[in-house]
Amino acid sequence: MPEQKAPFKLDREISSILATDCGSTTTKAILIEKTGDEYRLMVRGEAPTTVEAPFEDVTAGARNSIREVEELTGKSFLDEKGIITPRRSDGSGVDIYMSTSSAGGGLQMMVAGVVKTMTAESAARAALGAGAIVMDVISVDDGRKPHQKIQRIRYLRPDMILLSGGINGGTITHVVEIAELISAAEPKPRLGIGFKLPVIYAGNKDARPHINAILGQKVDLRVVDNLRPVLETEVLGPAREAIHNLFMEHVMAQAPGYNKLVTWTPVPIMPTPGAVGICMQTASREYHLSVIGVDIGGATTDIFSVFGEYFNRTVSANLGMSYSICNVLLEAGVANIKRWIPFKIGEGDLRNRIRNKMIRPTTIPQTLDELVIEQAISREALRLAFIHHRSLAVGLRGVHRQRTIGDTFEQTGSGESYINLMELGLLIGSGGVLSHAPRRVQAAMMVLDAFQPEGLTMLAVDSIFMMPQIGILSTIHPKAAMQVFDRDCLIKLGSSIAPAGPSGAAKPGDPCVKVELEIDGNKIVEEVPYGKMKLVPLADGKTAKGAIYPSRQFDVGKGHGHSLATTLTGGVVGVIIDCRGRPFVPSEDTSIRNAKMIEWFEALKMYPEDAFARLLKA
Amino acid sequence: MAHAYTPGLKVTERSVVRKTRRLPILGEVLVEKGKVVSPDTVVAQTNIPGNPMTVNVANILSVEPEDIGEFMKKRERDAVKKGDVLAEYKSFFGLFKHRVSSPVDGTVEMISMVTGQVTLREPPIPVEIDAYLNGVVEDVLPREGVIIRTEGAFIQGIFGVGGETQGVIRMAVNGPDDVLDENCLVNGDKGKIVVGGSLVTLGAIKKAEQVGTVGLVAGGIIDTDLVGYLGHDIGVAITGHEDIPLTIIITEGFGKMRMANRTFDLFKNLSGLKASINGATQIRAGVMRPEIIVPGYEPKGKVVEQDLSEGLVPGTPLRIIREPYFGLLAEVVDLPPELQIIETEARVRILRARLQDSGQIVIIPRANVEIIEA
Repeated sequence: MPEQKAPFKLDREISSILATDCGSTTTKAILIEKTGDEYRLMVRGEAPTTVEAPFEDVTAGARNSIREVEELTGKSFLDEKGIITPRRSDGSGVDIYMSTSSAGGGLQMMVAGVVKTMTAESAARAALGAGAIVMDVISVDDGRKPHQKIQRIRYLRPDMILLSGGINGGTITHVVEIAELISAAEPKPRLGIGFKLPVIYAGNKDARPHINAILGQKVDLRVVDNLRPVLETEVLGPAREAIHNLFMEHVMAQAPGYNKLVTWTPVPIMPTPGAVGICMQTASREYHLSVIGVDIGGATTDIFSVFGEYFNRTVSANLGMSYSICNVLLEAGVANIKRWIPFKIGEGDLRNRIRNKMIRPTTIPQTLDELVIEQAISREALRLAFIHHRSLAVGLRGVHRQRTIGDTFEQTGSGESYINLMELGLLIGSGGVLSHAPRRVQAAMMVLDAFQPEGLTMLAVDSIFMMPQIGILSTIHPKAAMQVFDRDCLIKLGSSIAPAGPSGAAKPGDPCVKVELEIDGNKIVEEVPYGKMKLVPLADGKTAKGAIYPSRQFDVGKGHGHSLATTLTGGVVGVIIDCRGRPFVPSEDTSIRNAKMIEWFEALKMYPEDAFARLLKA
Repeated sequence: MAHAYTPGLKVTERSVVRKTRRLPILGEVLVEKGKVVSPDTVVAQTNIPGNPMTVNVANILSVEPEDIGEFMKKRERDAVKKGDVLAEYKSFFGLFKHRVSSPVDGTVEMISMVTGQVTLREPPIPVEIDAYLNGVVEDVLPREGVIIRTEGAFIQGIFGVGGETQGVIRMAVNGPDDVLDENCLVNGDKGKIVVGGSLVTLGAIKKAEQVGTVGLVAGGIIDTDLVGYLGHDIGVAITGHEDIPLTIIITEGFGKMRMANRTFDLFKNLSGLKASINGATQIRAGVMRPEIIVPGYEPKGKVVEQDLSEGLVPGTPLRIIREPYFGLLAEVVDLPPELQIIETEARVRILRARLQDSGQIVIIPRANVEIIEA
């Protein structure tokens, strides 16, 4: 079992940093060096992850990825013991090495609480924020009978369970009841035949002796502070810390080669999504913006949001672009996918293509129709994952709020969503379908369609998915992390202006917004009617002062018909003026919808002109 | 990365196959190293704790949870039979009796004075693991299971449903383009593994179920036929646990897809031999593909070892696994090292390949081919 490490505190100046992310399929290494006053990404390397046979040693993949970095820099970073630290005068070695990991399926948890929308929801947030996939949420009021819950707990075989319930000083009966169900189920961990399952208890402190009596002998029980000590407060820190510790002790300890990997680094290894979450929070803090980040992978889609002090992460475990692509088909339905495809394709053909992508997940679209189809599926995966996120990124439910006179007309109770699309300042996309879209404007359009940001929003994609490494780096050196994040990690696509509305009946062609921009001393005025899209070039690194004048049925953040004076950020795409309205729902009439879709695609120069024209004719 | 291609599926006349047969929890291994086993040899066994059942005695008797001890007729670890009185509450000087009976046979595991619940545990459930293959126990994993080794023909499919089974292989069609429909199946196919060409139809699956065929193999299947047969859609690519009486394996993909000649020809040679098959497919970490194993098969000619150490080289036989040439067989002509722009405008590593049927030379992203492994 790897030795548990205390949080690492950097006590010296560092000028070279090597970081790896051991993903489920690929291990990625990045080298960061200080040049002048700035930390910059130097090179990156990657190699297949090696937790499975015939290697069964995660360090083999880490070594291979670092070897690529060695080849590209001509310096050596590895010796027979691991990483050469600190950096030597001949240029070999680095000052510090660190790693994140989601190899072997990441961290899979089950959470339990007394009330589904209260302690169980808090427990789910604690687990998700720590980087786990939540396999199920068990609660007294989840509608299942006791024997069904027991069967479910037995069947799942999670890496660990987080049990919460009750406020301190409150009744203990219900949380003890859940503990009894867990005891009856005698759950076994996913990894390590013969090991005891770790269970973290973060509930009513008065119930601890009972929980200990019921579970102490059967599981590896850890007790931490109650995550809802009083109804009005959620304290997730201690539970998340316990999850990270157990992740190291149990999950990582079972994964082949981790005992060796932990000796390479003084910084505790973090679950990949946990590190990405930290990266998002740091970005929000540094940019003073509300942020939504999405990572769409082959199997899962992670969404992170930071609005004010509230950070939320959700994992849609079965929404992805390869292994889980058929689940997108299942959950979204063929009709919803087809609404983003402006050419004819039979349902059977589409279904077979999606299935074939599932069984051969590493293939890429060679033809334009395949690309359009894949991007259509991604819109639906992102849309569904965002619905899931919004349902969890909510305030504490069950809390009494004192109403003021100002609340009289605002009938939102507790449990309201933290997600405010008008307030959203930065939307970051990550994952192959977004980061590797042949034209960056395609990535912009995919996130616009799925998330539908309102008002003014900056759009970006992660260039090479190094947010995990940036996240773990930010725990010890936030300045270095943010410099690399800003200059090397993010590819700024530009800004979107999307007026919300119309507030009443409006026809396509009605006035929607006028945008005045000053770019390189030239004044540009664009008037875009309702139903249209327009792309205004504004290069990466440039900003433009301007004003946005919505018509009276539309709002860009200052109220209907009120103008917004602002500075727009450029990017590799530019400024997208999206007057399709918010919320935007494509027409149900196929011919109208296809015509509009083609018009928008052409306005934004989404696809190569000739090939797109051929595709539409076919 | 060094080799940007999909390694491909094994279709080999002679291969060493090792199968780990592992218990879900610790137990007892019943065979020793070196023992010759057949598919139905039980190699390990264990007892999974029986199903638990909770009875809320406090609620039923309308008493406080902390008081149920007074009324319990059974103690923790007592054995109970279905109908035995677990607890009894008498009121009005014994005139009225309220009883709680055990709903199952088992033992009393826990009596909770906090919740008023009594947990009963049904008798342990024995679990046995069989050898699945004709072979030899190569290694014993103490208390966990064994590794079985065998040599023979080994064919991997691309996707399957249904679990492990055994049967004799029968070719039901003449060529790899032929469709396996209901007319191809006969009553004599009971207990057999029936192999078709480009497609297995829903009619064939239903007929196979009717006559008791244990397995169907073909190049492709129509997505809606599979969904129609299973009665539910497949969301995530993890299969093998479907509650169906037969195993279906496809070798090429979804849609009508000609079975690769090499695969079809091998099946012809294996006709009449007993195979162990498994439809379980998992396309995530720990990739698992469906398989057909024929232990003991001796190829007629000499088996030529294929050298895949260099990955793709000119002359490598391959299968194209994405549109616009999906399913076609080809061979590598050359592998330009520089990235090239394809129709989507993506810059990717490509190869030029000669299509087997037409001789046409086409450009394919390397990610969209798989080597046909021998």
